[in-house]
Amino acid sequence: METQLKGVRTATPAAQTATRPKKKSLNKFITISLFLAPAIIVYILYVLYPIFTTLLYSFYKWDGVGAGEYVGLQNYINLLSDNVFWTSLTNNTWVILTSIFVQIPLGLIMALMLLAPIRGIRLFSGIYFFPFLISTVAVGLLWVLMLDPLNGIINQIVSVFGFENVEWLSQTHTAMFAVLLVIVWQFSPFYMILFKAAIVGIPEELYEAAEIDGASAFTKFFRITLPLLMPTIVSSSILAIVGSLKAFDIFYVMTGGGPNHSTELLGTYMFKQAFVNFNMGYASAIAFVMFFLAMIVTIIIQALDYYRKKKGAYV
Amino acid sequence: MNVAIKKVPLYVIALILLVFTGYPFLYMISTSLKSRTQFFEKPYSLFSSFTLENFKSVFEMGLSRYFFNSILVSVIAVFAVMLIAALASYPLSRMKFKLNRVVFLLFIAGMMLPIHATLIPVFKLSQSMGLYDTVWALLGPYIAFSLPISIFILTQFMQEIPASLEEAAKIDGCSHFGIFWRVILPMLTPALMTVLIYNFIHLWNEFIFALVLISSPENMTLPLGLQDFKGEFSVNIPGLMAALTLASLPILVVYIFSQEKVVKGLAGGAVKE
Repeated sequence: METQLKGVRTATPAAQTATRPKKKSLNKFITISLFLAPAIIVYILYVLYPIFTTLLYSFYKWDGVGAGEYVGLQNYINLLSDNVFWTSLTNNTWVILTSIFVQIPLGLIMALMLLAPIRGIRLFSGIYFFPFLISTVAVGLLWVLMLDPLNGIINQIVSVFGFENVEWLSQTHTAMFAVLLVIVWQFSPFYMILFKAAIVGIPEELYEAAEIDGASAFTKFFRITLPLLMPTIVSSSILAIVGSLKAFDIFYVMTGGGPNHSTELLGTYMFKQAFVNFNMGYASAIAFVMFFLAMIVTIIIQALDYYRKKKGAYV
Repeated sequence: MNVAIKKVPLYVIALILLVFTGYPFLYMISTSLKSRTQFFEKPYSLFSSFTLENFKSVFEMGLSRYFFNSILVSVIAVFAVMLIAALASYPLSRMKFKLNRVVFLLFIAGMMLPIHATLIPVFKLSQSMGLYDTVWALLGPYIAFSLPISIFILTQFMQEIPASLEEAAKIDGCSHFGIFWRVILPMLTPALMTVLIYNFIHLWNEFIFALVLISSPENMTLPLGLQDFKGEFSVNIPGLMAALTLASLPILVVYIFSQEKVVKGLAGGAVKE
């Protein structure tokens, strides 16, 4: 670092005294490179090179030690007939749908509450944000206990409706639902913040004008607030989709993908194949599919954004 | 009177949300203060007993080691990220050059990236560098994966600093590095705070790299250590809750004292002022 900083110091004054443009542009190149070098080196070493290597590994049958055996596209072909892979993909889709259709609306409701004219709301808003602050591992362990069939509070609540000792996390038909509930609990406050910022940005005059026209609170929400929040809803959905593709921690901690793969995600399946079964080649293929899906989503979003800007809608 | 009645549903919704978001924390803290027998007698009662036994026992089981590792690695990584990202953001936001846009997009694309796509190579890399199973193995990936959001936040902010300031410094004979250090960096403080808070909380809570790169208990960070506790504490739930409370405490305390900053920081670049 030291030498790089010195380099910048000596390089730039030279650029200012130089009369030949060639030398000047060389100096500019050196300056820019020195500013960017640390970031680019770290980024190549830990992000770009690993992605490329993952693609490479995905063409091998390899246990992580010694030399692998080149198998071409075999890993990908196996993936297509792997039921667990399709289950994982379906479960990832559930996470996406829950994020968009439960977390985002709930986040919006929470944001509206924060701005509602009720007493003590400042204290409320402080607590509403709590779930997003603590580590996913802590969230997972806490909820495993709350969902415990014997001592968990959730069973205490549902027993009112006649359900006794539900083993939420060890039954295939309830495990996914239980984890999704926890995801909603953890991430809704994040969308709350995004919506709160957006709602505060809506000009007060619009509501005043509507008030004069005798609009009800209901009308005001659907005719003013919601349309003006569209860009935030869109960007929240993007974050939800991308975040859901990456989901791992909470599932790993709460169910480990079980029982019987009922909560398996691409992330947990890839981890198991790589670091439990040591099928590094196969795991790399799953990892690369995850990368590919994230890339496709990003490209689609960028393209939509480009057209939207061109048309001049929202913004 | 009429207005007050109208507000009743609002209060009801606000209270339901309050219980939904806040109750698990009350439960966690309250359970951590119970002895094991008290927990089995009355698992749902809130704050029925106050014993600090559990906190003592989790410290004896090595929680302080996890704390130390977490602080070490997140503090070093966060400060390295702040410096490296600020350096990179300067030419990206304030200098014209051919590959500017490409380099910028390459960094920003990292925000969308699933970590899994780098996991096996990073694991192999840490082994070949002799860093596997040390806290130092985490620094590289932590810095690299914090760069995209940090560069995103800092470039946005730097673009808004008026060029006239830079021009004036240039006329005074300031080099680019001089401009960066004396003009830009001091003005960057609010954005750097956002970067600091965002990355600190994310790295403090980071799990998957720690899971893959560390195996010995003495090198574990807090989230990994907690996950490790899970097995040992399957019969001692109040102990586990004490560990969770302690692990969450630093961030909750920071949040209580500077709520606005933390909220803004955690929303990252998503919320502008």
